[in-house]
Amino acid sequence: MDAQLTLGPNLFHWAPERKLDFYRRIADESPVGTVYLGEVVCSKRTPFFDDRHLEEVAERLTRAGKQVVYSSLAEVVIKRERKLLMEWSQQQGRDLEVNNTAALLHLKDRPHRIGALLNVYNEDTMAYLAGRGATHFSLLAELPKPAVAGLAEAARGLGVGVEVQVFGRASLALSARCYHARAHGRIKDSCQFVCGEDDDGMVLSTLDEKPFLAVNGIQTLSYGYLEMMAEMHEMRDMGVSHFRVMPHSCDMIEVTKAFDDVLQGRIEAAEGAARLGALGIAAPFVNGFYHGVPGDTLVPA
Amino acid sequence: MRKPELICPAGTPAALRSAVDAGADAVYCGYQNATNARNFTGLNFTPAEMEQSIAYAHDHGAKVLITLNTFPPSGKVALWKQAVDLSAQLGADACIVADISVADYICRMYPDLRIHLSVQAAASSPEAIDFYVREFGVKRVVLPRIMTVSEIGGLVAEIPCEVETFIFGNHGLMVEGRCSLSCYVTGQSTNMDGACSPAANVSYQSAPDGTLSTRLGGYTIDRFGANETAGYPTICKGRYLTDSREGGYYAFEEPVSLNAATVLPELIAAGVHAFKIEGRQRSRAYVKKVVSTFRSAVDAIVAGKEPVLADLVALTEGQKQTEGALKTKTWR
Repeated sequence: MDAQLTLGPNLFHWAPERKLDFYRRIADESPVGTVYLGEVVCSKRTPFFDDRHLEEVAERLTRAGKQVVYSSLAEVVIKRERKLLMEWSQQQGRDLEVNNTAALLHLKDRPHRIGALLNVYNEDTMAYLAGRGATHFSLLAELPKPAVAGLAEAARGLGVGVEVQVFGRASLALSARCYHARAHGRIKDSCQFVCGEDDDGMVLSTLDEKPFLAVNGIQTLSYGYLEMMAEMHEMRDMGVSHFRVMPHSCDMIEVTKAFDDVLQGRIEAAEGAARLGALGIAAPFVNGFYHGVPGDTLVPA
Repeated sequence: MRKPELICPAGTPAALRSAVDAGADAVYCGYQNATNARNFTGLNFTPAEMEQSIAYAHDHGAKVLITLNTFPPSGKVALWKQAVDLSAQLGADACIVADISVADYICRMYPDLRIHLSVQAAASSPEAIDFYVREFGVKRVVLPRIMTVSEIGGLVAEIPCEVETFIFGNHGLMVEGRCSLSCYVTGQSTNMDGACSPAANVSYQSAPDGTLSTRLGGYTIDRFGANETAGYPTICKGRYLTDSREGGYYAFEEPVSLNAATVLPELIAAGVHAFKIEGRQRSRAYVKKVVSTFRSAVDAIVAGKEPVLADLVALTEGQKQTEGALKTKTWR
């Protein structure tokens, strides 16, 4: 099967109308084959978009020929989150991507996907999870090339899909505390959804003013954007079956088209990178994790 | 009233003996490689040291729990399996594990070896814990440091295994086992290599005005005046700038230490099975002091007496301490 481009779950708290527009354009204009939907970061956000618009968006994407996958919350602690996850797990006839171990309990022997926020570091863990129903694995951003290669080879043997993030800020940490609320002198319970003010996360810089990280509610992302165009063909040859582009506020139609052009061999990676460079993204591109060096590094192709 | 076990850290055989002598019910320690999450130079045990230390602990009525609490990356699983084999052969009382493949290996090969689920497994709900209990026969879970006493009490009643909580030492709010911050800056992964903020990547820069910058990799993590005590540069304890704030602020958490001394009675009443003291990187003297203080405190509470905890403040990081998440959820 040919390698395919996917659009990962939108990690940010954009206004509902904006998300609706975003997914309409993805449905109509983007070459991605699969779209992951659903709130991954914060259970407080679900009434705004997921509860009101997810069905409509999923239907639109499906009509446009996209495969729709529902991603789960990543941090599940309080009763409300546990209930949300339980209900999410019980959806029938849907493709589900698990980002918290709690959901694995509910999904035993039912087909499901393993999300990029669950810890699958080696082929034994992959085989174990495949044995209880996992059909597809999105890999952790911090995995270096030898581990990606090993997992991709194991996936081939197990007949499961394997997906690697090739664009967008990398998820570096999760917390029980909301750092967006904290920055504004609030707490999670009184946050007033201040995370909605930052389209791509709230930038944290060092005391000597070097941009460093991006806060997104309880999640901490890299300041740099992963950009792995030049590595895609190598990874495809290893057996990576899907390449994930993460939603950001830049022109995502152009981003997904550029990645697709490179993946399908219509243009060279350098040309694709030049097209990304023209999008006006302020943050640098990085690919260090894959190359086994600090993640904030850009190793030239 | 159940008397919780006191689980104490040992970075060296000498610290292990100190902990046992000071009244530890169990000591946790690891090998000199990436199979444990404190993989620092000068720490941890050779196989021969582990054998002798287990004998010492057992002779004195204490248990030894071996930390295999990191995640083997593809291609390196054999190292973790060897560490399991060795631990079983040496008669360890339990292995503390985080990775599914390691738990599965113990469950299949050594069904009599107890599995304790590490805090690095980030099991923070009854369902997540139940998954590990059902799949691998986990006997005890070490809870993340993000739960209130009442949440812990609810959990104890709901899950089919023992519960261990941290009561003293390092305090952070990032979900342990789900953090790549240090790897982003150093290239060394906390989960795969067993080291957060490795010393080789730390540097200190003095300015002419006497301020000291602490750095990790290419980033300034914090800056201290001439009269301030500089902390070790850990990303989640640093000061940063952001648009909505005037000047540097602790974006994640202040450099404070967890001290649950004042909530010990409530934790005991909640039915917690074991109390964990953090600090395998700490000195033998520290271990002796903290363990003996908590030993007498737990004994006093269970005997219905007033515990004495006055000296613990002096031992905490930066002299500042917190009850962490335990008392209220308003920190979230």
